[in-house]
Amino acid sequence: MAQLLAVLIDGLIYSSWLFIIAVGLTLIYGVMKILNIAHGSLYALGAYSAASLAGFWIKQGYPPMGSYAVMLFAAILVGLIAGPVIERGLLRFMYGKDEIVLVLVTYAVFLILEDFVKLVWGVDPYFISQPYGLLGSFVIGDLTYPNYNLVLFGAAVIIGVVLAWVLTKTRQGKMLLAVIHDREMSGAMGINVGRVYFITFTVGAMLGALGGALTAPMISVQPGIGAETIVLAFAVVVIGGLGSLPGAALAALLVGIVRAAAVHYRPELDLFSIYLVMAFVLIVRPKGLFSVQEARKI
Amino acid sequence: MNRRISKILLSGAALIATALVSANGHAQDKPIRIGLVTFLSGPAAGPFGVPAKIAAEAIVDSLNAGKVPAPYATKGFGGTPLELVIIDEAGGATKQVAELRNLVQRQEVDFVIGYIGSGDCLAVAPVAEELQKITVLFDCGTPRVFEDASYKYVFRTRPHATMDAVAGAMYLLESRPGLKSYGGINQNYAYGQDSWADFTAVMETLKPEAVVTTSQMPKFGAGQYGPEISVLLQSNSDVIHSSLWGGDLEAFMLQATPRNLFTRSQLILVAGEPYLHRLTGSIPDGTIIGARGPSGVYAQKSALNDWLRQIYKERAENYPNYPAYSVAQAFLGLKSAYEKAKAKGASGTEEIIKAFEYETFDSPSGKVMMKLGKGHQAVTGTAYGATRTVNGQITVGNVKYYSVERVQPPEGVKSIDWIKAGMKPGKW
Repeated sequence: MAQLLAVLIDGLIYSSWLFIIAVGLTLIYGVMKILNIAHGSLYALGAYSAASLAGFWIKQGYPPMGSYAVMLFAAILVGLIAGPVIERGLLRFMYGKDEIVLVLVTYAVFLILEDFVKLVWGVDPYFISQPYGLLGSFVIGDLTYPNYNLVLFGAAVIIGVVLAWVLTKTRQGKMLLAVIHDREMSGAMGINVGRVYFITFTVGAMLGALGGALTAPMISVQPGIGAETIVLAFAVVVIGGLGSLPGAALAALLVGIVRAAAVHYRPELDLFSIYLVMAFVLIVRPKGLFSVQEARKI
Repeated sequence: MNRRISKILLSGAALIATALVSANGHAQDKPIRIGLVTFLSGPAAGPFGVPAKIAAEAIVDSLNAGKVPAPYATKGFGGTPLELVIIDEAGGATKQVAELRNLVQRQEVDFVIGYIGSGDCLAVAPVAEELQKITVLFDCGTPRVFEDASYKYVFRTRPHATMDAVAGAMYLLESRPGLKSYGGINQNYAYGQDSWADFTAVMETLKPEAVVTTSQMPKFGAGQYGPEISVLLQSNSDVIHSSLWGGDLEAFMLQATPRNLFTRSQLILVAGEPYLHRLTGSIPDGTIIGARGPSGVYAQKSALNDWLRQIYKERAENYPNYPAYSVAQAFLGLKSAYEKAKAKGASGTEEIIKAFEYETFDSPSGKVMMKLGKGHQAVTGTAYGATRTVNGQITVGNVKYYSVERVQPPEGVKSIDWIKAGMKPGKW
């Protein structure tokens, strides 16, 4: 029983993290039909910025609790700079081109940003571990968990709920859904598609950076973390159905629980667990759990 | 006519002499090009790759200036200066195979010194053989390189990882004879699997009644260890063995410490030495630390050790860690073989190989003997200690040194077979 409870808690925590790192990727794909490989770099930029700024904050002797706000600020800053630069500076010239071309373009951006990270921060890791232990911990059974895990869980829930609310209950969200459904028709009906793309990419970039910023206190931030993350995020998005927000949430939950169960009961399967889930889902539903039905255009 | 013939003969003789010089060694003005392959990016760069690069550059400068203590006082290699061509090891084994071909065929390096990752070593060794280029593996740990194959052009100047498990288990049982259970967390690739297999085999030999509680094998670069830490906590193991390294080790320590894992279980980090100054506050006191050889904090005082510490500290914030010592062993071993061959009148590839095989040479971490793998694999003794915090700084105490015959299998015996047969000391 204790082990089952541990599987559920570990699974939920890991799912929260997976959802946070994948949600920006699925949002951008859903609206823009761009599989943004540079999402991994935005994650890395968020992690580096958070580690640097929060590290500076703590070093200056400011209240450590403020480091959470600094991390959030770092993610927003990265999103507000990198998002518009990539979208306005490069992607807008590619709209209408084949999806594969856009994948290659974002892959190129990923490679450039990976080197940019090394250029700015070097290859030495950055640590900002204080926020991970600052909030204390909770005990369930014989296991101790830092309360920071609740922050991750809370962040995932808030992001999911806010995005769902914006998409379904606000005017801007409904316009965005219209663009997702039919870009050309939306444009013809007076929606500024370019503006929707710009805002979506910037928000997606911000979410990618937020994933990195929230992860930074748990890892050593170093070159290469973006590549590891994009693979996982991609798997989650594919399992959920490209572009589906509820799909990403369910996929993250599924993968998180399955991985935790594998680690607890069959550790030798840990390496393959996420891909086993992906293979199983794609056999049953080739377009993912919540694939969006596309209207056939005549 | 005679004058013309003489001219032709003289020109021919000059050409032949030039060819002979380049075949047998290097003209004084042409530097020896050494390809250095080490991690410059990725998780292994900070604790391993970059210290090795800093050390290599400092060593080459010091060698070229002729400022290395005896017996390495000759400038460069046999008077010929050295030049480094540095390549990033990141990118995986396939990329490294391509990079090695590039180094040899396009960059035309004379020697290759490199490779920290065991997967990379296993991949490049057959290619080095095919290219017939002397390649010195300086840091990777898997014993499979020379236990599963035989190479002419490949050398490893650092002991393989079996001693980590053997000496680590000996140290553990000496300090904790009543140990009842142990678990492990190791990366799921060649080195991690070998390390755990060796450790469990040694424990089964030395302490058969001790129970294995769990073996966690997260993928290389996993980064998130929540479920693994839960399993380790629930296992209530007396000891947790880990060969994690790079960013994986750092992330594991950052995540495990606030969960009080190390108040339940003692930790043994067989490759932990490079992290001592990086994880202040996250390595609990009493953690058993290995350095695969008497390197880094375990290196004993000598002129060569003082030299390495000095030239490294001039370029870095800290004193050299064990990857820096590993790269020093590679350069000094190769220099020793090169000069021995040259002293006999020829320093071509064949002569250097002959001089390198079964060579014994001095290094900052003591004597290195090329006694395994038909003279291509180094052996040394090793050391272990346990961490303690003094004035906010992590140091190691209760250091114990283990002689080579206690921790390494003799020639011709596979590590795992030697361990299972009771680790009978060989003759060296």
